[in-house]
Amino acid sequence: MLKMPDTDLGANAQAKHATKVAASGVNVYYGDKQALQNVSVNIPDRAVMAFIGPSGCGKSTFLRCINRMNDTITSAKITGKILIDDQDIYDKSLDVVQLRARVGMVFQKPNPFPKSIFENVAYGPRIHGLVHSKADLEEVVHASLEKAGLLKEVKDRLDDPGTGLSGGQQQRLCIARAIAVNPEVILMDEPCSALDPIATARIEELIDELRQNYCIIIVTHSMQQAARVSQRTAFFHLGTLVEEGDTTEIFTNPKDKRTQDYITGRFG
Amino acid sequence: MAVTSVARGLQPGQSAEIIGRGIGRRYAAERRFRLYGIAAISIAVLFLGYLFFSLISQGYTAFVQTSWKLNVFLDRSVIDPSGQKDQNQLMTADYSVLARKALASALGVNATERPKMREVGQLLSRDVDLEIRKAVLADPSLIGKTVPIWVLASGRVDTLMKGQLDRDLPASVRKISDQQLGWLDKASEEGILAKRFNTGLFVNGASSNPETAGIGVAVIGSLYMMLIVLALAVPLGVAAAVYLEEFAPKNLFTDAIEVNINNLAAVPSIVFGLLGLAIFINFMGLPRSASLVGGLVLTLMTLPTIIITTRAALKAVPPSIREAALGVGASKMQTIFHHVLPLAIPGILTGTIVGLAQALGETAPLLMIGMVAFVVEYPTSPMSPSTALPVQIYMWATSAERGFVERTAGAALILVAVLICMNLFAVILRRRYEKRW
Repeated sequence: MLKMPDTDLGANAQAKHATKVAASGVNVYYGDKQALQNVSVNIPDRAVMAFIGPSGCGKSTFLRCINRMNDTITSAKITGKILIDDQDIYDKSLDVVQLRARVGMVFQKPNPFPKSIFENVAYGPRIHGLVHSKADLEEVVHASLEKAGLLKEVKDRLDDPGTGLSGGQQQRLCIARAIAVNPEVILMDEPCSALDPIATARIEELIDELRQNYCIIIVTHSMQQAARVSQRTAFFHLGTLVEEGDTTEIFTNPKDKRTQDYITGRFG
Repeated sequence: MAVTSVARGLQPGQSAEIIGRGIGRRYAAERRFRLYGIAAISIAVLFLGYLFFSLISQGYTAFVQTSWKLNVFLDRSVIDPSGQKDQNQLMTADYSVLARKALASALGVNATERPKMREVGQLLSRDVDLEIRKAVLADPSLIGKTVPIWVLASGRVDTLMKGQLDRDLPASVRKISDQQLGWLDKASEEGILAKRFNTGLFVNGASSNPETAGIGVAVIGSLYMMLIVLALAVPLGVAAAVYLEEFAPKNLFTDAIEVNINNLAAVPSIVFGLLGLAIFINFMGLPRSASLVGGLVLTLMTLPTIIITTRAALKAVPPSIREAALGVGASKMQTIFHHVLPLAIPGILTGTIVGLAQALGETAPLLMIGMVAFVVEYPTSPMSPSTALPVQIYMWATSAERGFVERTAGAALILVAVLICMNLFAVILRRRYEKRW
């Protein structure tokens, strides 16, 4: 049986947690191939939303739309609206660099910069001009590492290369790096898929702590992880958003047959 | 699910027998291939060995030079009759007569016997006065004293002493008379005629006498050109490659540029020489034989190499690094300059050093722009006439005197040694930086 998350999101979910990211009618094309069809979803703030679905269903594609990482792919075309705090992020006047400071991302395979641990975390605040003195920078770095649960392990070797850490530590470093620029939304693209179960458990604990301050959207292949960690879940299938709602509802009482089939393991 | 049998209805277990039969053939083919590889490498090594052997056997004698140890009486009446130590007077005094007198007394020849004195004079280098003048100018207080000075023997004596001249030839062909031969043998026994390390090979400029010829000017010329290539080709090449790789839109125009750059890398170097002649010398009016022009021509030649290797180095940086940087909110420029370029530097460095090494050895384009000048004095700036090391080798190779044969090989050895060092440096750099990342 799936362990039900300790969720404080019930029927009054939307009232407690305002919508942070609102997508409506999002279509994504890679050249002629359509990867996402007419996706509309409201993602609440200070909560974890999980995107689940079989491989190739478009959940990562949609996630990357939220911080406009798909812009780096020349053949990608995106239509529709995505609003963060009622601001259309695909508006021509919006600066994508500023957007990415507000919407951080953690990738599937940990990718720390080939620099020191300190530099990895310090880079973001420095280029955005968030700190004005060396002491401030050190404080920010320490606080981010602390929030990511990594400080105790690395505090006396901050000048060691970030790539010398273990997989789980590297991923936590990447999370610290994302937090250091003080984002509002954190996107996580299968953050634990390259990690062992113990490291995974630590990251899940971390996500649970982080959700009190950030809007977290996590793409995951594991339904158990979605059930453990998220308050709301969206099920994607073949480029469409099939169903979304409270995690408990989706897993105990799905409305769509496709969702039911996926959850019970018929496919995926 | 039942496992269906594969190729042509084989039962599982049957294929093992078929594979077993073919295995001998497969291993034999691999063995043959390895033999071909070893044979190819052996042939290459053989040729390389022959090259080095012939270079070294011909050239090692160039590093020593036959010299006379003479006690030269610095006669005041010849050097400085007025006693005022006037610079002009000191520069233009006839020092060679002092050398001849010193050698005559060392050989036991009376200075009044004119035919014998002529033969004595022939044993000395034609530039012997330069060496004595150098000693006097360095310390004018020596005038009036007798000082021991090493002076160069003539080119023919040098050739004889190095065993390159057949002693059994008749004297008219040998160009050394029997009397001179007797003197030389006696002198070398006494130790006043000896071979010393040939520093002149390294510091002197061009000379029509092989004993005083050196690669000094050529080295300085090559150095100026390498510096110009470094200063121009590297920034231009890296910037062009970064632009083409990261910023340029992918369309027909940029494709055409890329094809053209790849083709330029294969253009014969003499064509670049013609280009340099037409643009830099004829159109822009830069001085002929200047290392500036040579540097500019070599820059044009090295640019395609640097662009191609830099692009390859940039492509090799994993996209995960770029995504990580963009994800944190870095702009495109920041991603490139803070993350991609530092990781590409080892590749860029290796490409630069290899490109520089190639440029160092280029001769044909430099011939076209006139760097075949006979330059005696060190070039004071890139605008003064000079020559380059490979061109100097070419000029010596075409000279008539026997003494230049060993110098050609000697200079070639020096050039090869420098190129080996540069390429070794590139390999070491690459190894060291690859490990870190």
